[in-house]
Amino acid sequence: MMQTLVFPVLILGGLGLFFGLLLALGSKIFHVDQDPRLDKIVKALPGANCGGCGFSGCAACANAILKGEAPANACPVGGAKSAVAIAEIMGIEAGNTARMVAHVNCRGGINAVQKFKYDGIEDCFAASKVSGGHMGCPYGCLGLGTCVKACPYDAIHIVNGVAVVDAKKCKACGKCVAACPRQIISIVRETEDVFVSCSSHQRGADLRKVCNIGCIGCMLCQKNCPVGAITVTDNLASIDYDKCIHCGKCVTVCPRKLIVKASDSTVEVQA
Amino acid sequence: MSQLTYYFSLSLSAILIENFIFVKFLGCCPFFGVSKNVETATGMGIAVTFVMTVASAVCSIVNDYMLGETYAYMQTVVFILIIASLVQFIEMFLKKSMPALYESLGIYLPLITTNCAVLGVANLNVSSGLDFIGSVIYGFAAGLGFTLAIVLFASIRERLEYADYPKCFTGFPIALVAASLLSIAFMGFQGLSIF
Repeated sequence: MMQTLVFPVLILGGLGLFFGLLLALGSKIFHVDQDPRLDKIVKALPGANCGGCGFSGCAACANAILKGEAPANACPVGGAKSAVAIAEIMGIEAGNTARMVAHVNCRGGINAVQKFKYDGIEDCFAASKVSGGHMGCPYGCLGLGTCVKACPYDAIHIVNGVAVVDAKKCKACGKCVAACPRQIISIVRETEDVFVSCSSHQRGADLRKVCNIGCIGCMLCQKNCPVGAITVTDNLASIDYDKCIHCGKCVTVCPRKLIVKASDSTVEVQA
Repeated sequence: MSQLTYYFSLSLSAILIENFIFVKFLGCCPFFGVSKNVETATGMGIAVTFVMTVASAVCSIVNDYMLGETYAYMQTVVFILIIASLVQFIEMFLKKSMPALYESLGIYLPLITTNCAVLGVANLNVSSGLDFIGSVIYGFAAGLGFTLAIVLFASIRERLEYADYPKCFTGFPIALVAASLLSIAFMGFQGLSIF
């Protein structure tokens, strides 16, 4: 009884106690003074360790902010809330804290033609290797959801064959941007600006054959923009946000309805 | 065989003939994880050597004087407790006295806790019936073998950065190929076997 039950417990318990005390003693002897602000900054950060800031985790980001190597708004996920909190801890300006979201620059999906039926690995990267992808458009979304799998916040989904960002859930961590083999996802300001939701540089005539919605380079937006902020280069409109006055003229004038706000993320069937 | 020859052959076998990584395939996680440059690899090697030596010594004492034959079934759990505490202690020590090494080891220092090579050396000491001095020497030599392996491998990987090989081998695949070739080379030391 003593030998089989009590001694093993005593041995293990005794060793545990001994090492516990040793560690307690060690933590006193080898105590390292830390900047008390570090803990506060770590607390102000979301703690998801997503790496969206470019550092290896929230602790590393906090360290960089403390050393002044990163701005107070370094965390794209925490957004304005954590930026203000950190700025208060550090006693500096919060900087630009406009809420950022990911935006998919393609509205193809069911509006686009498929070259062939892809029946391989459910992964955009794999699909893009099969004779340039199964979609007729060599620039557009493949719709197999590699970005969906990459998103740690469940904020991007395949709707009607194309990836659509749920702006409410998106934290702009950039995981989907890195995951997309077509590089059609970008991180943008959520509300103010309008975006050309197409990535195709094909000529208008070629594009019409493969997609009902993509930018055909008709120049209507360029002509109608009151401040000349839109230019069409290589058959694709692009907006200069330094000039843009957010008048929304291009949104109404675009015959393909592909200039949209990032928060407006619906993909509908176009005739 | 005199005592000295015995210890010499013991350490030779731990370093070369039965190298923990290339022959026994223990401790492969840090071997691949921290072998990107020679400097951190050396640091990791030294840390592992230190942990292995101290763990061998403590485990040997605990095994001889507390567990013995009766409680041999408790070896694994007790050894894990000892190793985990030691690593924790060393981590605190490094954070205080060598912050640069602490930073560069990063996540791999706590990972020594779950490094099978450390538990392996403690178990091998017991199963091959080594006494206290033998255990310490074997543990130290095994650590040296680990250091040798990881430093060799890190220097190869540094050169691989500039080597011309098919693109599909980039990163981990080429590292695995290099490791397997090194392992085959180490198999050649089998001929040195003294006992």
